[in-house]
Amino acid sequence: MRNGFVIGPILGALWMMVMATTIAVAMSFATGSAFRPQILWCLVWGAAAGVAYVRMPKLGPQIGVAALVAVICLSPVGVMRIGEGVSGSAEAVALLLLASGVHFGLTKILKELPFGALTRHEYEEAIIRFLTGFGYIFFTAIVVIPFYVMVMTSLKSQQALLQNPLDFSIEISKGFGLFRSYVELFRDFNFGTYMWTSFFVSVLTVFITLAFSVPGAYAVARFRFKGQKAFSRSILLIYMVPMIVLALPIYIAFSMTGLRNSILGIVLIYPVTTIPVALYMLQGYFRGLPTEVEEAGLMDGLSRLAVIWKITLPLSLPALASVSLYVFMIAWNEFLLAFMLLDDPSKFTLTRGVAMLNSSEIPRQHLMAGAVIATVPIMVLFLGLERFMTKGLTAGSVKG
Amino acid sequence: MSTAHPPTGTGALAKREARLAWGLLAPTVISVALVVVLPLLAVIWISFKPFTLSDMRPPAPIVRESLRGSGDDLRIEYRIRNSSQEEAISGVTLADRIPDTVTLREAVPAPCTLTGRELFCDFGDMEGGARERLRLPVDISDDPDAVEAAVEDSEPDVTGGGKSVLTSGGLSLKNYAQLFDGGEFWTVLWVTLFYTVFGTIGALLMGLFAALLLNKSFLGQGFIRGLYLFPYVAPVIAVAFTWVTLFDPFSGSANALLLQMGVTNEAINFFGERPLALIMVTVFEIWRYFPLSFLFILARMQSIDSSMYEAADMDGASPFQKFWLLSLPQLLGILSVLFLLRFIWTFNKFDDIFLLTGGNAGTRTLTVNVYEQAFAISNIGAGAAVAVVILVCLLCFSVFFFKFISREEGL
Repeated sequence: MRNGFVIGPILGALWMMVMATTIAVAMSFATGSAFRPQILWCLVWGAAAGVAYVRMPKLGPQIGVAALVAVICLSPVGVMRIGEGVSGSAEAVALLLLASGVHFGLTKILKELPFGALTRHEYEEAIIRFLTGFGYIFFTAIVVIPFYVMVMTSLKSQQALLQNPLDFSIEISKGFGLFRSYVELFRDFNFGTYMWTSFFVSVLTVFITLAFSVPGAYAVARFRFKGQKAFSRSILLIYMVPMIVLALPIYIAFSMTGLRNSILGIVLIYPVTTIPVALYMLQGYFRGLPTEVEEAGLMDGLSRLAVIWKITLPLSLPALASVSLYVFMIAWNEFLLAFMLLDDPSKFTLTRGVAMLNSSEIPRQHLMAGAVIATVPIMVLFLGLERFMTKGLTAGSVKG
Repeated sequence: MSTAHPPTGTGALAKREARLAWGLLAPTVISVALVVVLPLLAVIWISFKPFTLSDMRPPAPIVRESLRGSGDDLRIEYRIRNSSQEEAISGVTLADRIPDTVTLREAVPAPCTLTGRELFCDFGDMEGGARERLRLPVDISDDPDAVEAAVEDSEPDVTGGGKSVLTSGGLSLKNYAQLFDGGEFWTVLWVTLFYTVFGTIGALLMGLFAALLLNKSFLGQGFIRGLYLFPYVAPVIAVAFTWVTLFDPFSGSANALLLQMGVTNEAINFFGERPLALIMVTVFEIWRYFPLSFLFILARMQSIDSSMYEAADMDGASPFQKFWLLSLPQLLGILSVLFLLRFIWTFNKFDDIFLLTGGNAGTRTLTVNVYEQAFAISNIGAGAAVAVVILVCLLCFSVFFFKFISREEGL
């Protein structure tokens, strides 16, 4: 098993399958035309290429082999079958991608692999290099494809989608007309208002949550008192109660008191779902702050509350930022409570508005446009402040 | 001379600190009690009551007044009924003013009296589901439409009411009997376990794989890490509907792709067929939550002391050996904590399945069942009973969790 002439063709064949499938899927999604990987021929040509790459560690012959694999695709026995009526340029792009993918992949994976016996290190590292390449492609594909479909569907028309669900090519000639779904959502479906409501509710939730959880977290982190341990455990316990169980009595209570169908009700209920999380994250951070600075403040005659306000809070600004971001994300993405408590279209939050679009009378591209509108703000926020966000996410559950 | 003793008991300072601590905690404790503890108690209470969606308002008499018939048959009709089918209401009275344009042809019937133009009726008690009809034959001295408007515009005053189901009557185990009776419950439980176990393990393994990929620094590492978090950060409603669109049997791209690649010959109804739908929602769960495991595992990996790996290198350990014998034991703690937490959260998950399949095609988990019972069948009591079952399960999990995590995390 641990020989270059065995592991070379095996990894070559596997990599050929990965490349052929990847490029066929990518080209299908980009052009809507027929590209089909041929697994059997992948194994044959991949194994051959693997042997060639191990046997001939020179650039020239290797590129020749990769190009040959691509060119064979023009015949019926290639690693990828290209259907009738695919434009010449698309075909050329696909073959070029295939050749370069095969070449770069195989040179990386089979780097400096001797043809004969391998050491354990060489053997395992080759496998790891293959898995790494496969992993990047796999994860990128599963993450990117749904979001790609979401954005592209929102730009298409219903007929075009039904005609060929794979054809996501955009007609640039339509210009601004591409965004028709978005224009209609904002004009006819009040999405501007929903967006504003969502924003307003989320920001308010962040402030209320902080106002409650900062003192609480400080108390849990700094003071010794009876029931402290029980308290920090019950925070976690509450964190574990499923929302649907709470939503049931809250629905009844809100119906009876007339708080259902009001923004006030939503603003009252959202912070309570986020306070335990925020409290848990903040107390972990407060514990990590040195007590000496605070004690110095106390010695200089500040009261406890003044110490919190003047020393602890300024020191914990990064933690406050990540907690705020996390809470904002929870509130912005919240769906269940909004769905159960809001019926009046004039008071919808964005997620409730998107849920409304899920009906057979409203075309799919409107639904997807709504999904894009709900996703983009949170993504922008996330990418802009990714450092805070990842920190907040990891602190949100258990210390790393 | 007295000898000095070390202070015992709680000193004044400690007392003041404890007071301040509870002062700072009070707002949180009160609000959480109001919105979490109280509803939980309410759920347990409701689960012992035959409470349906229509019982949301306490039972009350409902009156409709109309002018009916024509000529000799012309009459004012009051129809009064009890809004509840089960609960009795008491002290039901009706008071109304007869319009001036109407003259009564007969004396008013039994439970009613007429003083001037004021009509007053006392129906006393009404059983659950009871209806009464009151007919007053009349002559009119005006255009019928105007009279009709006048009659129907004057709203009669109604009094009387009953106790809400919530506060009256005894407790019954009917909801639970009904729940455990049908074979459906065990199917639901099985589906929940499948979803939870495979969703958790899958997300953990995928997260581990992704973390291993990104546990080295290279150009664009930050970007790729951000990209891999997308499924978790995006609103669930957006990604769930995207999956539904993507896997639609008629216009979905996934089916088109599979058909084109010759994997299948006919479109697959991913979220509509029996075993497949459950697998698909589990896959969705894995897809959506692998970023979370990935983030935690990556954070732990980056905090492992690199000198250990250097020592292993000196000893000639191979990459696989380093993973099995060094990384994995170091990660075992975070992996088990993640497993427990994710297990509980996956068990609690509602939105995802609700949006993807609505609990159809064999994907109804316990949480979806709460919604189904309470709102689709509008039997809130039965929904609450399911909720109580969930709470009991969670209590068991959390006992286990705290036993375990106190060792792991020193909480």
